[in-house]
Amino acid sequence: MLAAKTLELPLRAQDDVVMLRHAARKLSIEIGLNLVDQTKFVTAASELARNTVVHGGGGRATLEKLEEPNRKGIRITFEDQGPGIRDLAQAMTDGFTSGGGLGLGLGGAKRLSSEFSIDSTVGVGTRVTIVRWSR
Amino acid sequence: MERIPILKVGRFLLVTIQVDMHDQLALTLQEDLTARIVSTGARGVLIDISALDMVDSFIGRMLSNIAGMASILDAETVVVGMTPSVAITLVELGLSLPGIKTALNVDLGLELLEHSLAARGESSAGSEDA
Repeated sequence: MLAAKTLELPLRAQDDVVMLRHAARKLSIEIGLNLVDQTKFVTAASELARNTVVHGGGGRATLEKLEEPNRKGIRITFEDQGPGIRDLAQAMTDGFTSGGGLGLGLGGAKRLSSEFSIDSTVGVGTRVTIVRWSR
Repeated sequence: MERIPILKVGRFLLVTIQVDMHDQLALTLQEDLTARIVSTGARGVLIDISALDMVDSFIGRMLSNIAGMASILDAETVVVGMTPSVAITLVELGLSLPGIKTALNVDLGLELLEHSLAARGESSAGSEDA
């Protein structure tokens, strides 16, 4: 798998979430995702970007284009040095929320992506990666 | 400060969301809209989201909040113009927008509001005459 590092964006404030959405949309179009898949991926990215800003105390997103012999993809990695997540299984459950939201962010982002991984250490931070492949 | 315009159309308020909403803008809209419902005595609110290319859980929650607040202020809310890809994504996200009425476009949304007012015994056109 060939990964071309394309863009790194700060996620400090609400406006950064909007910028990230635009960047994710642009890359989704570039790799040829159809409109539904674009929308799913941008929505997943928006949920995770807000998590980084609101729960992680800010961080950054790295966007990469992926190329394999017969498909293209886009990967976004969200990283923060926030408080971390104590119980990942619980945090992934729909309806569980620590921030007054709907508690759909992590589980929803997973459902809307082709691949999803999360790594979190209490007191160190959280890293979430999502990938969407073109069909 | 950036604001989303709220238009008065007869007994209803029309909000067309044409910018990519950041969170503060969504909160400002909630406050502006509730204030306008009270100051105009509007009976219904139409929120046109046809220009929104995505609705995430925050924007979804804002729409639900507006519908709830409007309802307490005796006005009904109809969300119109959702694109198919946004609808598909919302369902997969797990957001079914409970308590929100929807219509495909502004015309059908207005019709829906008129119907529900009529069903409550409030006459439609001409009721604003002094």
